[in-house]
Amino acid sequence: MRHWIARQRYLIDFTLASLARRKTKNIGLVLVFSLLVFALASVTLLTSALRQEAARVLAQSPEVLLQRMVAGRHDLIPPGYIERIGRIRGVQQVEGRLWGYYYDPVVKANYTFQVAATVPPPAGRIVVGPGLARFRGVQAGNVLSFRSYSGKLFTFTVDAVLPAESELVSADLVLLNEADFRAFFDYPAGHFTDIALSVANPQEVRTVATKLAAALPDSRPILRDEVLRTYQSIFDWREGIALALLSAAILAFAILAWDKASGLSAEERREIGILKAIGWETGDVIRMKLWEGTLVSLGAFLLGYLAAYVHVFHFSATLFAPVLKGWAVLYPSFTLLPAIDGLQIATLLFFTVFPYAVAVLVPIWRAAITDPDAVMRG
Amino acid sequence: MIELDDIHKAFNQGQPNEYWALSGINLKVAARQVTAFSGPSGSGKTTLLTVLACLARPTRGRVRLCDEDVSGLPERFLTEIRRRTFGFVFQQFNLVRGLSALDNVMLPAYPLGLPYGQLREKAESQLAGLDLGHRRDARVEWLSGGEQQRVAIARALINDPEVVIADEPTANLDTALSRQFLDILSRLIDEGRTVVLTSHDPLVVESSVVDRVVRLRDGHLVDGAG
Repeated sequence: MRHWIARQRYLIDFTLASLARRKTKNIGLVLVFSLLVFALASVTLLTSALRQEAARVLAQSPEVLLQRMVAGRHDLIPPGYIERIGRIRGVQQVEGRLWGYYYDPVVKANYTFQVAATVPPPAGRIVVGPGLARFRGVQAGNVLSFRSYSGKLFTFTVDAVLPAESELVSADLVLLNEADFRAFFDYPAGHFTDIALSVANPQEVRTVATKLAAALPDSRPILRDEVLRTYQSIFDWREGIALALLSAAILAFAILAWDKASGLSAEERREIGILKAIGWETGDVIRMKLWEGTLVSLGAFLLGYLAAYVHVFHFSATLFAPVLKGWAVLYPSFTLLPAIDGLQIATLLFFTVFPYAVAVLVPIWRAAITDPDAVMRG
Repeated sequence: MIELDDIHKAFNQGQPNEYWALSGINLKVAARQVTAFSGPSGSGKTTLLTVLACLARPTRGRVRLCDEDVSGLPERFLTEIRRRTFGFVFQQFNLVRGLSALDNVMLPAYPLGLPYGQLREKAESQLAGLDLGHRRDARVEWLSGGEQQRVAIARALINDPEVVIADEPTANLDTALSRQFLDILSRLIDEGRTVVLTSHDPLVVESSVVDRVVRLRDGHLVDGAG
C-alpha cells in the first residue's frame, strides 16, 4: 500500500511538472474549457434557480383558480358563483379576486392592477411594485396618474413600494382597494375577475376541480400544479434556446477535443518513448496522462462553475438574464437564492470533463502501447 | 548472458517502402564485458541494440536473456525486464527537459514506489559518484553536453541494472569528455555490470576498455560474432 501511495505521489508530481512545462498551452486550454463551462453552467444555474423561485412563489398561491370562459375567452365572474362554489363538498375557502392589466403609454409598459387581499390601501392611494417604481421614478408620497379605458384620468398617491425580495412576481404590480379598482376599470358590483379557492384535503384538489367543471360548465379551473408545470416548461424552453445558441461554443470545444485526440506533439511522443524505455509501464504512462487530463479538465470545470455561480447569484446573471428571465417590458431585477442541482453538475461534468478525458487518453493509449523505440523514432 | 538467434528486423513490413534493418543476426553477449557494435551509418547498430535491450521486437528470431526466451513476452513483462535488467544511455541523452538533473535521475524508479527520502538519497549518490552533486538542482537543458551525458548515465544506473546499454555515447562529446566516459565504462565493469554500446568513434572502438567489437554492414554481422 505504501508503495502504491508513493507511486501515485510520484505520478502526480511528474504530472504537475509536466503541466508547468507546457504552461502556455495548458493555460489556453483551461481558459477555453472554463469559458465553455461558465456559459453552460450560467444557463443551467439561472434556469434552475428561476424554476425554484417560481415554485417558492407559487407555493403561496391558491390551490385552484376558477375563471369563467365565454366564447373561448376569459370573462368576468357574475354574482352568485361564489355561493355556488362554496356549497361544493371539499371546498374550504372561496374568494373573489379583482385584477386587470393596464398599458402605460408613458413608458410603454404593462402593469398589473390588483385589489390587495389583505390590508388594502386607503382610497386614492396605491402600493406599487419595485419595477414600476424604478421605471417611473416614484417613491412613497409621489403622485401617479393613469387614464382609464373609459378616458377618465385617475390620480393616485403612492402609499408604499413593495420590497425588492418579491420582485419576481411584483415588479409591475399596482395594489389598490376594491372601490378604486371598480371605478378605474368600470367593473360592475358583485363581479370578479376570477375566484381563488382552497381545498380541505390537498389529495382531493383534482376531484374538486372535476366537480367545479361539472357544476359550472362555463368555468375553467386552473390548478397550482398546472401553473407550476407551465412555468417549468417556459424555463425549459428558454434554457433549450440558450443552449442551442451555445451549441457553437460546444462545437468549438468538440473540435478542440478532437484535435487533442487526433495526435500528440512530437515532444509528447518522445517523452512517452523515454518514459517507457526507462521502465515505466504502459499503465503508468496512461495514469500519468489521466491525472494530467483530470487536473486540467476538473480545474477548468471548477473555475468555470465557480465563475458561473458568482455571475448568476452575485451579479444577477447579467449576460444571460435578458434571454432567460424576461417576459415583460418591466424586467424584474432580483437576487436569486443560490441553488445547486447535483444532477445538473453531473450532466455538465459528463458533457465536458468526460469527453475531454477520453480525447486525451486515446492518443496516449495509442502511443503507450507501441514499442518505445518506435515512439522515440516518431 | 544475452543471446540473439537468427534475428531479423523489418520496418514498414508489407508496404512499398519495406526495409530490412537486420538480417539473420546470431550473437552472444558475455556478462561483465564491454561489447561494442560498430559500423557505418545505416548498418543496423542502433536497431540491433534496441532489439537486444527489449526496446523493440524482432520481426523474426529469438532474444534469450539468461537462457529465457523474452522475444514473445507481452509488453508489461518486457517493461519489467527493461526496468530490472537494463539501464539506457541514449545518443541524444533523451533527458526530460524542464526537470532538474535529480528529477531526471529519479524518473526510472518512480514506478517502484520507493519512499521519497530513500530514492532521493540514491539519486544524489549516483550524481555525486559522477561529479555532478553540485548540479543536481539545475534543469537539464542548462547543463553542458558532458554533464547531460553523466546525468543520463546516473539515470541509467538508478535501478542498479545488470546491463548498461549506450547508443553512440560519445557522438556529442569532445575528446576529453569521451575519455572521461571510457573511465566511467571501466568503473561499470569493475562494479560487475555488462555494457553493450554502439559507436563508430575510433577512440571508443579501439580502446582497451572495450573487450569485443562486433562489426555490422547492411544489417549483417561482418566480424566479431564470436
